[in-house]
Amino acid sequence: MDIIWVLLEALIKAVVILTLILLFAAALGVWAERKISAWIQNRIGPNRVGPFGLLQPFADVFKLFMKEDLVPKAADKKFHRIAPIITLGIAISVYAVIPFAGDIQIGDKIYHMGIAPDVNVGILFVLALTSVGVYGITLAGWSSNNKYSLLGGLRSSAQMISYELSMGLALVGVLMIAGSLSLNEIVGKQDVIWRWNVIFQPLGFLLFLVSSFAETNRTPFDLPEAEPELVGGYNTEYSGMKFGMFFLAEYANMSTASAIMVLLYFGGWQLPVPAEWLGLEQGSIALAVAQFFNFMLKIALFVFFFIWVRWTVPRFRYDQLMNLGWKVLLPLALLNVLLTAIGIWLLK
Amino acid sequence: MNIRKNTEAERLNFWEKLYIPEIAKGMGLTFRQMFKPKFTRQYPEEVWIPTGSYRGRPVLVNEDDGERCVACGLCSRVCPALAIEVQAAETERDKERYPEKFEINMLRCIYCGFCEEVCPEEAIVMSKDYDLVFTSQEEAILGKDKLLVNISKLQDRLEFLRQYK
Repeated sequence: MDIIWVLLEALIKAVVILTLILLFAAALGVWAERKISAWIQNRIGPNRVGPFGLLQPFADVFKLFMKEDLVPKAADKKFHRIAPIITLGIAISVYAVIPFAGDIQIGDKIYHMGIAPDVNVGILFVLALTSVGVYGITLAGWSSNNKYSLLGGLRSSAQMISYELSMGLALVGVLMIAGSLSLNEIVGKQDVIWRWNVIFQPLGFLLFLVSSFAETNRTPFDLPEAEPELVGGYNTEYSGMKFGMFFLAEYANMSTASAIMVLLYFGGWQLPVPAEWLGLEQGSIALAVAQFFNFMLKIALFVFFFIWVRWTVPRFRYDQLMNLGWKVLLPLALLNVLLTAIGIWLLK
Repeated sequence: MNIRKNTEAERLNFWEKLYIPEIAKGMGLTFRQMFKPKFTRQYPEEVWIPTGSYRGRPVLVNEDDGERCVACGLCSRVCPALAIEVQAAETERDKERYPEKFEINMLRCIYCGFCEEVCPEEAIVMSKDYDLVFTSQEEAILGKDKLLVNISKLQDRLEFLRQYK
């Protein structure tokens, strides 16, 4: 009986959070991208569908559903179909371990805010899943049987594998400070603004930020879909909702990366000031709501940053990308680990 | 040895090679752009009215006592896209000739304005119409009923032609 309740609780959370992500992270992300790019280019942006054009992404998705789903004759049909599912599925499933707010206590029962937030290897799970995400893009490029798609897929896998190294090493600093892989514990240690990890790990944060730009295939590292050289990149041969899935996955990935950065370096769902100052009781619903919106706001700021960078910085050349990854970021990440170790040793 | 520094790494100084300060500068620029006035025109609500120099849909000038065209066929001859078809007929009026049939295929028209330039009577001019919509090929062939426009609506263009032609 007990196990059924646990499963039911997880299921309800999953439905709520996934709806939230798809609705806000992906749809609002697309809207924000179009709106902000328009503002930066002195345009207005979508403003016809709904208030401020807010329903534009839904119109876009509806259009994609109506479109013919073309599959090239020479494509490997099975993998061609699986690739977008892998990409979007991975992008969404990372949210399983992300805690959205502090625990709520009702009576003597404690509810965790997240699908499975007390996973003790949370951050490892995130890294593992994002590595699997490479398969989606590589398979998409390969199964299309198109040289441009293949090149896009190859670039993407090379890029993501290279930057995963510096990303993982940049993380080590945070893990050394927190002494845990659990996201809940990492967040728990950053309870006020002057204990946020970004203050102790500025270099680590910078490395992580740059690497996550590469991991999510966003400009300045969007080589997999470099339009001038690769037609459309790995998604050239995709149409209809299959293309839509890649499209949504990009935004889901972007908000995942933002969420991870907020959790690791910017205090996660923790309010900038102690909850007692605001008169909110630990474990109360009011505090959890405040924390949730606080977390969402921080993610939104990071998503804005991603978009802002995309419309400012030009794309790196492929050799520059590899040089930066292997010759600059990786040594710096190692240096960061060393500095953190010295810092912890001195303060003990 | 006098070798010019030419590779990218040699041309940049250390500060520039850090990337981050230069990127921050660029991002400051784009951030400021976000608050600048927008150039967008809300088209269907906010219509753009061209000046006299604009070459829109070619039309026939219709004066109060009848059309100007004498059906000489020069426009039809000069049209590089072969869009104009004219058939002349005779009348009892002062101007002895008039076009019995005058058709412009708007799917062929390239808005070059040669017809206007060659016209000895200033009878065919480019108007300000630019939002042309057709739902069939037949509909796109404009006959005299649609081509004849009263002279009062074409004053801007006629004025422009008088000045620059």
